[in-house]
Amino acid sequence: MKILVCISHVPDTTSKINFTEGDTKFDTNGVQFVINPNDEFGLTRAMWFKEKQGASVTVVNVGGPETEPTLRKALAIGADEAIRVNTEAIDGFAVAKQLSKVIEDGGYDLVIAGRESIDYNGGMVPGMIAGLTNANFVNNCISLEVEGTNATAIREIDGGKETVTTSLPLVIGGQKGLVEESDLRIPNMRGIMMARKKPLQVVEPIATEAETSSIKFEKPAPKGAVTLVSPDNLDELVNLLHNEAKVI
Amino acid sequence: MSVLVYTESEQGKFKKVALEVASYAKAVANQLGTTVTAVTINASDASILGNYGVDKVLNVTNEQLDAFNAKAYADVIKQAAEKEDAKVVIVSSSADSKYLAPLLAVGLHAGYATNVIEAPSSTSPFTVKRTAFTNKAFNITTINTDVKLVAVSNNSFGLVENSGSASAEDFAPAIPEFGVHVQSVDKASDKVSIADAEIVVSAGRGLKGPENWGMIEELADVLGAATACSKPVSDLGWRPHSEHVGQTGKPVAANLYIAIGISGAIQHLAGINASKVKVVINTDPEAPFFKAADYGVVGDAFEVVPALIEKLKAFKAQQ
Repeated sequence: MKILVCISHVPDTTSKINFTEGDTKFDTNGVQFVINPNDEFGLTRAMWFKEKQGASVTVVNVGGPETEPTLRKALAIGADEAIRVNTEAIDGFAVAKQLSKVIEDGGYDLVIAGRESIDYNGGMVPGMIAGLTNANFVNNCISLEVEGTNATAIREIDGGKETVTTSLPLVIGGQKGLVEESDLRIPNMRGIMMARKKPLQVVEPIATEAETSSIKFEKPAPKGAVTLVSPDNLDELVNLLHNEAKVI
Repeated sequence: MSVLVYTESEQGKFKKVALEVASYAKAVANQLGTTVTAVTINASDASILGNYGVDKVLNVTNEQLDAFNAKAYADVIKQAAEKEDAKVVIVSSSADSKYLAPLLAVGLHAGYATNVIEAPSSTSPFTVKRTAFTNKAFNITTINTDVKLVAVSNNSFGLVENSGSASAEDFAPAIPEFGVHVQSVDKASDKVSIADAEIVVSAGRGLKGPENWGMIEELADVLGAATACSKPVSDLGWRPHSEHVGQTGKPVAANLYIAIGISGAIQHLAGINASKVKVVINTDPEAPFFKAADYGVVGDAFEVVPALIEKLKAFKAQQ
């Protein structure tokens, strides 16, 4: 089985979010970038397939050279090879088109992408690549088994979960649950050394137009101080929620 | 050329988000000087949509579509959009809509903006405000394509009643091969889901054990709220993962979020930032959550929550 894991290069959860150039660009100054958490669960599940069922695992990212350390980390975790599509990730649709070209060229059986990235939160890339490559698609996937060309997945739905069957080629939007957080892997020294020798192919992008354009960013207005209510005066809390906040 | 809105239903009944996206579609249609067409799938009575600005309803009735299927539903909505020559298509941010919408965007060659929180500031260029960086910022986005697809963030626009009435038309689209087949669904049907809830009552490790969740459920019952939990609680298996709120769990955009015994780790706050009013109950006055909260009670959950339940029951009885 040939597996492609899509890796987003995103600011660490604890990063301060600031903007530059008249609030049109994300300020990367001092920001630590990591593998998107939802992608990390998918990468670890891909490692499981590799070790238990003999799959090959390629990781891919759309981005400039600055994203290569994130791909190298994925190689250090155990991916066999990496591909970087050498263009800025301008919008979800454009990223999906670039990834679909990689998928078509590589003939992958299973594509694992995180259900959404923690920067733009669009949640659109997995479904779009499924649509563009005419593959089956399971979103919010929390369990995946593959036998031959058949797959059984569990996906989270509002208020519960659903078990589905489908077949390869398959794209999943993965998340926590694909593997437990305690099973996520930290690259060890051997993995880091081996990653240096693994192939990282840079491919040039196909021509696309952006379906959407980011005009500018805004930050929420600063929040006022919390209003503390005494535990002995909960009538006051009910009153505030009813008359001031108007939420009950 | 109308604005098309997909109005979701469950067991024939419209979800609250369906009425919210209908309200949003009406606002967009007013800006464009056009009408709103809704597409429904196996909904029992679509007349209510007229109260939220819908002019025409395309009713799809098909047993094959009883269980949600993203590919088939996307294809049905695509056919409805083409029939109506819709240039703007609106969906919600429910798990189902976010599942089908990327497929629909590909099918319609439509630029797609997600997590949109306001009516467009301009329709030419079509410009919307959406949340980004897990609700730590907003992004102003234009959609450049002929057909535009917008996913409205839940509880962001609200319900806007209109006095209109909707005409109804049966619509029988072609149904594609499914590709993905539902084998079983495990869902608590009597509970309010986090995605649909206006109020969410959430609890953390401060509750000390799963046996203490009775009072959380009772508080949620009194408020008509959904229950949720922090990540450690779901990791410990005290509550199901589907209740885990946060960056790797579910996002919550409720009108009221009550956090009980949750310290407020940054990953948890990322998941609840979009909620409008936050109440924190915690014994530790230094808990980071107090900085993010609107109202706070420094106190023992085992004393505060039962007392709050009694106060709320008395308040409800007076209403």
